[in-house]
Amino acid sequence: MKLKLHVWRQKGPNAPGKLETYEANHVSPDQSFLEMLDEVNEVLVKEGKDPIAFDHDCREGICGMCSQIINGMAHGGQDRTTVCQLHMRSFKDGDEIFIEPWKAKAFPIIKDLAVDRGNYDRIIQAGGYTSCHTGGVADGNALLIGKEIADYSMDAAECIGCGACAASCPNSSAMLFASNKVAQLAVLPQGQVEAKRRVVAMLDEATACGFGNCTNHYECQAACPKGINVKFIAKLNREYLKALLP
Amino acid sequence: MQLTQSSVGRKIIMAVTGAMLFAFVCVHLLGNSSLFFGSAALNAYAQKLHSLGPVVWIFRLVMLGLFTVHIIFGIQLTLENKAATPDKNVQIKRLKTGFAAETMVVSGLVLLAFVVYHLLHFTVRVTNPEIYVPIEGGHGMVDVFVMVTHGFQQILPVLLYVIGMGFLFLHVSHGFQSLFQTVGLSNDRTLPVMGNFSKLVGLVLLVGYVSIPLLIIFGIVR
Ligand code: HEM
Ligand code: SF4
Ligand code: FES
Repeated sequence: MKLKLHVWRQKGPNAPGKLETYEANHVSPDQSFLEMLDEVNEVLVKEGKDPIAFDHDCREGICGMCSQIINGMAHGGQDRTTVCQLHMRSFKDGDEIFIEPWKAKAFPIIKDLAVDRGNYDRIIQAGGYTSCHTGGVADGNALLIGKEIADYSMDAAECIGCGACAASCPNSSAMLFASNKVAQLAVLPQGQVEAKRRVVAMLDEATACGFGNCTNHYECQAACPKGINVKFIAKLNREYLKALLP
Repeated sequence: MQLTQSSVGRKIIMAVTGAMLFAFVCVHLLGNSSLFFGSAALNAYAQKLHSLGPVVWIFRLVMLGLFTVHIIFGIQLTLENKAATPDKNVQIKRLKTGFAAETMVVSGLVLLAFVVYHLLHFTVRVTNPEIYVPIEGGHGMVDVFVMVTHGFQQILPVLLYVIGMGFLFLHVSHGFQSLFQTVGLSNDRTLPVMGNFSKLVGLVLLVGYVSIPLLIIFGIVR
């Protein structure tokens, strides 16, 4: 396949950026999107040019490092798929593809397609600790947790922290991310001790980081490579209301 | 204070004030539909409201308060959301959201303009002096049935009402389901249906409200 790529190039955080056009002339449908970019980069390096910077790590859809807006959609818009798991067979010969970084005030661009997602870590940090007994290993069945609750918590914990939720949100809101952290802990006995403090602190931190407010567009769920459900945002709102009560 | 400063707190205020405005819009439509039972029914309804005296003024002040709070937080949250996305991507393709959700502040401000016009038209009664005629034996009260049926025989007011209600449809078609999510009253069973249900609620309000001016200008109600 032959493709025409329009890639966002930006030298540094404060440098101006713009789309530049590249040809990818030997693309195999079996390649992943990142492998296709690797080949483009090899050509650029051979020509003595600066390769396109992009984030990646596991390349198997579990680490949350890869992060690109492809044709206007976070991770390329394929259901429950990260960029690294997007394959070139979903494109066709002659396609023009726009490749851009996450764009939100709270995700500053480091270079080209790589952005700083430290603010998601700050939200997690603001959540703080959970109270657990230390010492000898607890008896496996000492603390029983029903399957429905365990499943609910695990569904929330599926988040890989990629940032697509805020990147795809028209308000750059981090609510889907914050909500799954809050929900995941709020239903478990270990997380309930600090639940009130946690939800308020995480929300305040998200605002302080520069993320926007949720207006229920639900773009996040559509973009999320793990299909995290917006029901967790409703849960976050309930937890917040509980926190307001004395 | 947490509630008036935090992200979710202010959203909850939006939802609660929005719900009350929505409740008013529904009750107002029910009251207005007494028009379909003729002149006596509408005038009796109007006189009943007026006889409440100070209660009417308390009610008006509460509505003004709700509106003000809803508008102030609505504009504030929208400005913050714009500021959170200073540079947009060149290509943006939305997968789920729609026109109504993306233009809430616009439809809201058009509604505000509409409400101002509506109050001048039928409450303060300054826009069309010819339609405000005293009712027989009504101690100087205006004949509301005449006011409405004559008021809607002109094309401009009818047009303004239809446009205003079009924006009410847009605002409610996103806002109704949004308020349930915001106050935490939704889950994975309600979420898939609430989007369409919310549009239906907006449509019922639209049809209900525009039926009055349209049936009058087309001479079906007179
Ligand atoms: C008849 C009058 C109105 C009604 C019935 C109404 C109703 C609603 C409802 C039910 C919501 C959803 C609440 C939530 O989930 O947080 C909402 C949100 C909103 N309203 Fe209104 N509203 C009215 C007037 C206005 C006005 C005059 C403005 C002007 C600024 C406005 C601006 C907004 C904004 C910006 C939102 C937030 C968008 C969102 O969260 O999706 N509204 N409104
Ligand atoms: S909620 Fe989904 S989109 Fe958001 S960071 Fe987690 S995995 Fe990514
Ligand atoms: S590189 Fe790890 S999820 Fe894509």
